Amino acid sequence: MKLSGAEILVECLKREGVDTIFGYPGGSVLQIYDAIFQQSHFKHYLVRHEQGALHAASGYARISGKCGVALVTSGPGATNAVTGLADALADSTPMVCFSGQVPSALIGNDAFQEADVVGITRSATKHNFLVKHVEDLALIIRQAFHIATTGRPGPVLIDIPKDISINICEFEWPEVVNMRSYQPVTQGHPGQIKKAVRAMLACQRPVIYSGGGIMNAVGSASLLRELSHALNAPVTNTLMGLGGIPYDDPHFLGMLGMHGTYEANMAVSHCDLLIAIGSRFDDRVTGKLEAFAPDATIIHVDIDPSSISKNIHAHLPIVGDVGVVLKQILEEIARKNGAPDAAALALWWEQIAEWRSVDSLHFEQLPDSPIRPQRVIQAVHEITHGNALVATDVGQHQMWAAQHYGFRKPHRWVTSGGLGTMGYGLPAGIGAQIASPGERVVVFTGDASIQMCIQELATMYQYRLPIVIIILNNAYMGMVRQWQEMFYESRYSQSYFDSLPDFVKLAEAYRGTGLKVDKIEQLDSVLEQAFAIDNGRFVLVDVAVSKEENVYPMVPAGAALNEMVLS
Amino acid sequence: MRHTITVLVENEFGVLTRVAGLFSARGYNIESLNVAPIQDKTVSRMTIVTRGDERAIEQIKKQLNKLIPVIKVEDISHTVHLEREMLLVKVAACSDSYDALLALAESSGANIVTDHIDSHMIIELTGKAEQLDKFLLALTPYGIIAMTRTGPVGMRRDAKGFSLG
Repeated sequence: MKLSGAEILVECLKREGVDTIFGYPGGSVLQIYDAIFQQSHFKHYLVRHEQGALHAASGYARISGKCGVALVTSGPGATNAVTGLADALADSTPMVCFSGQVPSALIGNDAFQEADVVGITRSATKHNFLVKHVEDLALIIRQAFHIATTGRPGPVLIDIPKDISINICEFEWPEVVNMRSYQPVTQGHPGQIKKAVRAMLACQRPVIYSGGGIMNAVGSASLLRELSHALNAPVTNTLMGLGGIPYDDPHFLGMLGMHGTYEANMAVSHCDLLIAIGSRFDDRVTGKLEAFAPDATIIHVDIDPSSISKNIHAHLPIVGDVGVVLKQILEEIARKNGAPDAAALALWWEQIAEWRSVDSLHFEQLPDSPIRPQRVIQAVHEITHGNALVATDVGQHQMWAAQHYGFRKPHRWVTSGGLGTMGYGLPAGIGAQIASPGERVVVFTGDASIQMCIQELATMYQYRLPIVIIILNNAYMGMVRQWQEMFYESRYSQSYFDSLPDFVKLAEAYRGTGLKVDKIEQLDSVLEQAFAIDNGRFVLVDVAVSKEENVYPMVPAGAALNEMVLS
Repeated sequence: MRHTITVLVENEFGVLTRVAGLFSARGYNIESLNVAPIQDKTVSRMTIVTRGDERAIEQIKKQLNKLIPVIKVEDISHTVHLEREMLLVKVAACSDSYDALLALAESSGANIVTDHIDSHMIIELTGKAEQLDKFLLALTPYGIIAMTRTGPVGMRRDAKGFSLG
């Protein structure tokens, strides 16, 4: 079968099982867009800016567990995509991005809409390719999906010069992908598993610290819970790992790290065994490295060997897929038929109960006083019964959502953790809604973040995505302001907005519904109204929250986890 | 501490940039880097000399392994190994200095590649880095016009190969 490069791309996506792609056309990808026009295997969603395409693909991937796919044109199309690639790399999101490139003969000539995209994206991707011959295209696409979705997942970019998309060759589908230089380990080393289980059964004060790896190893969340129950061990999640264990499971300590709970951070600081599973000891988690889990033996399970002993030395490293390794660990526990020291654990839980009683996330909402942002998150939890798919932007609202929404299951929470990309929320929410059309999607955002990708409201309208957007509007870049207050003597340099748009009118201009809440007594009724609207369009609720609220608890940058500021 | 790392990579477009980019992006230093295909032309072998404590070197090895076209990585510093480097040096020559230069080259085991008695000669020397340093020092009084070094290549002394498997 003779096909053009563009037709090969379409055929390969079909065979990879792709049903959804996000993109934006342009000169170098016209041939590909023409092939897309003539097929019906997958749906293309048009965004309003390439950054949106990548974040939407990310939201889609995180909710569906599939590989996100994006398509952008050369030059500015591709450079606009870079933030989305870097975001996906930091958060290990499986994604394949196709970028158009100027014709092969013009590469290097400073041609119109030319950029060295392979060069620019090298450090923002897990891997990237420039296609030099149309005959190579099918294999490259196959390899790209393989690389993006296996091992530690991540974004892969394929740069396709325009002539490659036009050139014709015999199409051959590579049935298997075998790369001698890329063979991720999935099974944990049996000797290490034995040692780890011995440590788990011998310890007195265990903590399980799990992260986004639980999301990427589909199905591993139930194994995580099983392990926690088998060991009677408390579990704390990273920002990316929320939903790894149900928030209302008695073993759950909440999130750890900079804005983690008191009990999570104290437990990590005092444990004698830290079981890290699919988490990477990020600086926002560890605080001061020398004081992190100082008395603990550290077991670290991760698919990426370079994450192990990067920041914190792991005494018992286990390289492997966290789902596979968890299964191996549970089998070994069953085989040994051992049980942890019940008396020691009783004391440990007693201690944890004491830390819990500090109730570090507590806040009070007084009537006739400004709306507390935490209360807004809580109210949305109540009205959605904690069952919404939640996407966020970056900043204070993100931390409050992480602390107060409460997730029962994995793949319900989409946020930019590693790169911290403002502008992520709206497009990620779009991806989430498309991945799961029947479910309620809520985007928590701030008055600053939403303006970074606000053009995607048009995408929401175009595809009639009934997303509820909640702006926690404090008329500040809240997190910047908080740090300026705490560490720069309240010199609010450039963090104040005195020219915010009228978000209600803006929502209406984009053909959605805009609602406003100024007073606490309106909050519940307006939210009810927002969630009751059933016209297939997005609803934006602009909530004026107390302006100078800070996110607590907080471990100041560089401090130890047990040096938390509670309020 | 100085470490010599050998790397097998797919012999493909851009792989050198990926390796070099990794070192600069993560703040590791490269003292020297040498790369050329091996007998199987689809594979290149690199010798990278770098400095760092054990932890940094461990990360460098892991990060190298993480690059998709990297097939195999070994730090040969802890093994019994040898390193050789090649030097080409162009030195000013005249009838007065000619014999002395010839003698110096011979005693150092260097080859004269080109000689123009009345203007310059080009000398080639392969050896350990220190040998090359010493030789260059000895040549300095004669007037070094230009020089280039390959940076070391290295391999283990034992019978073990460094193959794809």
